[in-house]
Amino acid sequence: MKTLEKPVQQKPQKQQKPAGNNGGSFIKRLVRNQIFIPVAALLILVIFNFVADPSFFAITLSQNSAGDPVLSGNLINILDNASELVILAIGMTLVTSASGGQDISVGAAIALSGSVVLRVLCGTESRPETLQAPIIVAFLVCCLVAMIFGAFNGALVAYFKIQPMVATLILFTAGRSIAAWINNNELPIISDASFGYFGNFIPGIPVPTPIFIAVLCMIVIALVLRFTKLGLFTQSVGINSESSRLNGINPEFIKFITYVILGLCVAIAGFIKVSRFSTINYSVVAKDIEMDAILAVALGGNALSGGKFNMAASVLGAYVIQFLTTTLFKFNVISSALPAYKAVVVIILVVLSAPIVRDKLAALRKKFSAPKTAVKEANP
Amino acid sequence: MKIKKILGTVISLAIAASMFSACGAKPDSGSNGGAADNGGAPASSSGELIKVGIINNDPNESGYRTANDKDMKDTFTEANGYKASFAYSLKNDEQIAAAQKFVQDEVDYLLISAAGTAGWDSVLQDAKAAGIRVILFDRTIDADSSLYEASIMSDMAKEGQTAVDWLISQNLTEYNIVHIQGVMGGAPQIGRTGALDAQVAANDNWNFVTQQTGEWNAENAQQIVQSVIDSGKSFNVIYAENDDMAKGAVAALDKANISHGVGKDVIIMGFDCNKWALEELLKGNWNYDGQCNPFQASIIHGIIQDFENGKAPAEKIIIMEEQGFDATKITQDDINKYGI
Repeated sequence: MKTLEKPVQQKPQKQQKPAGNNGGSFIKRLVRNQIFIPVAALLILVIFNFVADPSFFAITLSQNSAGDPVLSGNLINILDNASELVILAIGMTLVTSASGGQDISVGAAIALSGSVVLRVLCGTESRPETLQAPIIVAFLVCCLVAMIFGAFNGALVAYFKIQPMVATLILFTAGRSIAAWINNNELPIISDASFGYFGNFIPGIPVPTPIFIAVLCMIVIALVLRFTKLGLFTQSVGINSESSRLNGINPEFIKFITYVILGLCVAIAGFIKVSRFSTINYSVVAKDIEMDAILAVALGGNALSGGKFNMAASVLGAYVIQFLTTTLFKFNVISSALPAYKAVVVIILVVLSAPIVRDKLAALRKKFSAPKTAVKEANP
Repeated sequence: MKIKKILGTVISLAIAASMFSACGAKPDSGSNGGAADNGGAPASSSGELIKVGIINNDPNESGYRTANDKDMKDTFTEANGYKASFAYSLKNDEQIAAAQKFVQDEVDYLLISAAGTAGWDSVLQDAKAAGIRVILFDRTIDADSSLYEASIMSDMAKEGQTAVDWLISQNLTEYNIVHIQGVMGGAPQIGRTGALDAQVAANDNWNFVTQQTGEWNAENAQQIVQSVIDSGKSFNVIYAENDDMAKGAVAALDKANISHGVGKDVIIMGFDCNKWALEELLKGNWNYDGQCNPFQASIIHGIIQDFENGKAPAEKIIIMEEQGFDATKITQDDINKYGI
């Protein structure tokens, strides 16, 4: 979590400085800050769990059945299981910002790219004793395929000007069937243990590998946003594509490229997903993850209609979702009521993160704090 | 700009054309293929081929469905005297539309595995009026039983009961069960949950450590079991309502170094009898796997042959024979025969 919060707190300060200089109390600035909602949501969940059962945060170092050291505990599980969602949230944020819409095909695309990985590794057999190709080759092929499908979505959205949700509906509908077709409708299972390292543990390293992969992705995107104009261009295209065109940006290409980047994110997430169990179930793998990824973007306070975005807030939003899921598992909520609990929490968070509500809240705080400052001023 | 426009028009026209041709081709392709095959191998069938229209769920839905579809395709062949057309959908309205089309095509038999239970009355009445015999398999529908000739079902409640009976026969002094359910509200979930719920309610030494839905997903199951382990609760049975979820649960146990399987700390129970799951049984890593039998085609074949010879089936509702496999008794032959 520490690695996360550092970049998180640096960025918004930079963005919010002008607003702060224009006046307004510290609290107002804090509440208006985009990162406030996911951080607050996370804090509420942490406090709730701490009050209910402090052992929630216990982390233990033990051995797994193969005799390797592993860290276990709810926090580790949250970081581990949120990895795919975090990686997707990165791509989804860019897509949302540039095209003002969301890609709803990422779940199906994960099934597809995972299926490609298995196909390359298994060759013609469905249950090979040894790997038929190096893992890196499988990964690269899967990246390529996922980026081509991303490019397909991107081309429909950018050049054919189709609504993103409609354009990606095609792959959303067909993706899982294509995934099954890639493997001749069979369920390949990989017996080579080394393939499982990417979704579980590398022997001797007690931290789950997906956490490393997610952190790596965060570092890469932070560097890209810092040292290239990608962030600026996507935001300007999202805010006003016509005026960015007049300023020499090619809005079609920017939209297109965000979908290709999302394709890459999908490939990485799909690779982790199939590595977790060394197999795939086309109909349930990464089911509904597109909705969670969009939710992560929304929880981060990013406008789903495009424009400005805050990457760190989206990433944090993804962790909030997994934190919530793990909390609900932990508290043994009745299965049939689980979606209802989740819905209530999500409604509260989304309403709170709406700019209008935040403005109102900030105004309210100001009202309460105003008399105090007045008294202070009167005293001396 | 102009070129772009023209290109766009051409491409969209091409797409539209291909869609129309695809729509047109779909219903025909089956019969075309059939006719061609018919010319190639006329000797195999005696007399006229029996026309069957088969409406099924998407074969990618699950291993069960894949096995079921393959079984259908292997049984209703030219060699067995059938001309079969297939329609797949997970949506009820699309299935009903496909049924209407089959009625218009004047098939002899209509085999349906319905996606939903409602809305079938009118099309089945049309079928009856046209003299088409309807046989339901795997899924039941809400329609008057006079509208169909036979119904071949899995009894999910019996599957659950078989599993619970097996668990009772293990004679543990105390049963602390982690119960991982399927997607709530489906027939398999309700059936497999029901028997266990009743047993736990009736006996003091049977307890649920947790009872949550893993939504048929291995990963969710893993997270549920992990959270149980992390909260330090002890358990000795994992009752997962399908093989995938049992696998997820086992992954969590392996991570925490908790032994499982025959003669170990935790009993693992799964359903569906995937081949890989039965192999886990053979290795002794799991204890029990309950069958959900997808092989209805041979029974349907028998019923159709009876009708052709002027006999009606003795019973309208036929329950598939299903068994549970015990890790201590399973053999490689069982895996080859019953694994899906």
